[in-house]
Amino acid sequence: MVATPNGFDLDNTGRRVVVDPVTRIEGHMRCEVNLDENNVIRNAVSTGTMWRGLEVILKGRDPRDAWAFTERICGVCTGTHALTSVRAVEDALGIEIPENANSIRNIMQLNLQVHDHIVHFYHLHALDWVNPINALKADPKATSELQQAVSPSHPMSSPGYFRDVQNRLKNFVESGQLGLFKNGYWSNPAYRLPPEADLMATTHYLEALDLQKEVVKIHTIFGGKNPHPNWLVGGVPCPINMDGVGSVGAINMERLNLVSSIVDLCETFVRNVYLPDLIAIGGFYKSWLYGGGLSGSAVMAYGDIPENANNFDPAQMHLPSGAIIDGDLSQVHEVDVRDPEQIQEFVPHSWYSYADESVGLHPWDGVTEPKFALGPNTKGTKTNIQALDEAAKYSWIKAPRWRGHAMEVGPLARYVVGYASGHEDIKDQVDRLLTTMDLPVSALFSTLGRTAARALEAEYCARLQRHFFDKLVANIRNGDSSTANVEKWDPSSWPSEAKGVGISEAPRGALGHWIRVKDGRIENYQCVVPTTWNGSPRDNEGNIGAFEAALMNTPMERAEEPVEILRTLHSFDPCLACSTHVISPDGDELTDVKVR
Amino acid sequence: MNTATETFYEVMRRQGITRRSFIKYCSLTAAALGLGPSFVPKIAHAMETKPRTPVIWVHGLECTCCSESFIRSAHPLVKDVVLSMISLDYDDTLMASAGHQAEAALEDTIERYRGNYILAVEGNPPLNEDGMYCIVGGKPFVEQLRHAAKDAKAIISWGACASFGCVQAAKPNPTRATPVHKVITDKPIIKVPGCPPIAEVMTGVITYMLTFDRLPELDRTGRPKMFYSQRIHDKCYRRPHFDAGQFVEAWDDEGARRGYCLYKVGCKGPTTYNACSTVRWNEGVSFPIQSGHGCIGCSEDGFWDKGGFYDRLENIQAFGIEGNADQIGGYAAAGVTGAVALHAAVSALKRAQHKPETDTSGKEDA
Repeated sequence: MVATPNGFDLDNTGRRVVVDPVTRIEGHMRCEVNLDENNVIRNAVSTGTMWRGLEVILKGRDPRDAWAFTERICGVCTGTHALTSVRAVEDALGIEIPENANSIRNIMQLNLQVHDHIVHFYHLHALDWVNPINALKADPKATSELQQAVSPSHPMSSPGYFRDVQNRLKNFVESGQLGLFKNGYWSNPAYRLPPEADLMATTHYLEALDLQKEVVKIHTIFGGKNPHPNWLVGGVPCPINMDGVGSVGAINMERLNLVSSIVDLCETFVRNVYLPDLIAIGGFYKSWLYGGGLSGSAVMAYGDIPENANNFDPAQMHLPSGAIIDGDLSQVHEVDVRDPEQIQEFVPHSWYSYADESVGLHPWDGVTEPKFALGPNTKGTKTNIQALDEAAKYSWIKAPRWRGHAMEVGPLARYVVGYASGHEDIKDQVDRLLTTMDLPVSALFSTLGRTAARALEAEYCARLQRHFFDKLVANIRNGDSSTANVEKWDPSSWPSEAKGVGISEAPRGALGHWIRVKDGRIENYQCVVPTTWNGSPRDNEGNIGAFEAALMNTPMERAEEPVEILRTLHSFDPCLACSTHVISPDGDELTDVKVR
Repeated sequence: MNTATETFYEVMRRQGITRRSFIKYCSLTAAALGLGPSFVPKIAHAMETKPRTPVIWVHGLECTCCSESFIRSAHPLVKDVVLSMISLDYDDTLMASAGHQAEAALEDTIERYRGNYILAVEGNPPLNEDGMYCIVGGKPFVEQLRHAAKDAKAIISWGACASFGCVQAAKPNPTRATPVHKVITDKPIIKVPGCPPIAEVMTGVITYMLTFDRLPELDRTGRPKMFYSQRIHDKCYRRPHFDAGQFVEAWDDEGARRGYCLYKVGCKGPTTYNACSTVRWNEGVSFPIQSGHGCIGCSEDGFWDKGGFYDRLENIQAFGIEGNADQIGGYAAAGVTGAVALHAAVSALKRAQHKPETDTSGKEDA
């Protein structure tokens, strides 16, 4: 038994269970746990199993191109890295963007939050709570009654509608080709919904699949495509032309009307479907409040959605910022991403090497040299790992720490920070949900709480889309059509050396990009992303990361069926392509091929 | 392409399994799903009928933008593809099971449909560090790829990663990320490049294969001609502005607001083969150029290393009108009044019409 500094007792003596691949996530991940004789998780090991080296690739390139490279870190949270990148470059070069660009960027970022949260809940997470096979036993009439009770305003609620969906599902199952449902854990008692709730939620799985392709059209309007819309250092690439020659090819009334209709669609779906589903499903799992991990003790947010352009003062950002440590919710600490003492990355358990691995490095001075090596107690071989040795290096994810603390980031972290700092909208949402579900505040610190915070945030972000749409229209009405500032577009206008940082709140949590520019080129680029925080391995002090902490002490119904592990890991919405980034600093040669 | 797909039942009989065992298998399947005995004959019947084409969708080094694009498909809707057209038997991004059960689903599909399933690959395998820059089930992804490819009927390389390498293969390619066709050399491979490809192009390729039971016609580099045989520039609605010498000179300038050609701010449309300017994105809502940014050429091999995204195309053989475009731009910039601009545009148009078209026929399927 080993006690970690952040308060967990690890016992790796029991049966080792390996889940690899962890599915329904972005990227590649492995998880190992030890179970005691009662099938309770007493040790957890989370491993990022991919590395792409994007920051190595960025070295020597044009900073104005960096958004496109970093956007390809992740196609699920598409655009959020690009936004963070242009902010980092603008910070380094002292570029201020027009108000319209701020509004459009905010609408795009909020739109991503709404889209990502919906797709996560229905398509990546729901199958941890919902049993689509059990839905075949539902009475469509009773399902209709349930639907009308939980969401009277949702029009798709007739018995015939549910019967049609059920029949389709039945044909699918009877075909014997279960596709995505193949080998699911459908007889596991961890699934608790009655058939009617299963049918309702499975129906919404399909509705949400249809809806999400509409939601992203806001990205298409402003950025030309989704996934991976286009961005621009200095503003946004889409010009505004309301009634001049050629306005048909710019942001005009027709485009704004389309944006507005999608904003409505987002608000309606979240209000009529997503939130009611959360409450209905959550109601059956109210007693399953495992998975709290670090959420009640160490959470962090950088803040995002600046009300006014170029102002990242926490007081005027709509998504909250701050850090809570040691479970003390009465104190929200200020987070300074520029302070070399605050954010540092450690690698003693990561497949990278530092000259001195007892210290952490701030991203502006980050070092990354990949070093794949397995510990002496690994079971298996280098290319056929049976069980990892967590006493040694065991993940492609580094261990970022805030003032030495392992932190949880993401919607729940934002909501805990917002709640603790008295953010009125957030407090109001949380209190109403807890009252409706008859749960205490402490219930937030759980897997279910993480999932609930995401739904509340989708609702809040959908509303904020409307706010910034109105703001954009008002600004245009006042005669400002500017969308880009090109004063410092030309590299000859840049200082020979500069450094900057861009922050955002990605759907999965606090995201930062740190850049150094030298002679018009990227000298150093470093991203510390949400899943680096959440999926972090142990650090030099032995603190476990947020995924690992959340898995601890959870009982499993069946050791061989990882429903509970998936449920808790998915509640973070892991994004492994994001987390397994790194930068190679000056002088360390990964390969002898020269960049450019 | 293999024509007749065997049914489950035929496969089982071929493997020497009796009818009695087959029915028992059906009972077990029903029981495993928690379904009553009334489902047994239905499952048995389905297994004796021609199955939906199984698809195994594996993920290497990638960002999942291809999967995200795929679910954006409007015609057909992706729910119809997944429920009624194909059987997506393994896809670690969407499947319910994980770990051993996920690996079992993969093995079961390979075993049962040997030679009859489509392998869809998103991302690519890194070859450095014995492949351990991308690990699936404790082993290098490249092993899973080779294993799944061995008995596939055909392979679809989704997106720029699988087709060409994409961003992780950009210089210096630290992981030695390698496109699929350089690892798998004995199977038909359809490349569907783009970062990501357009949703309806993706579902279009799959449904073409299901509908006509053959591979789409491919160009020399393995891309379906139906979507990749023409350059974005050739079908761009802003092409008249190019021909008229009307260019965006700086972001958000008058030309940008009027929807002029983005060539001078780096548009790669003239060298990019894709369907963006015709099919367009997200149910035809827009495409990059329509929303004011140049094409970055994301469906072209090595597009990350072909100069900056804002550098004007130069010395590109396939383009060959660099000099003319400069002159055209010069005329347009000189024109201050409408009349002068009009005159310049007309003369520019004449020049453009006289430029040698050396780049059409031979490059159509380059």
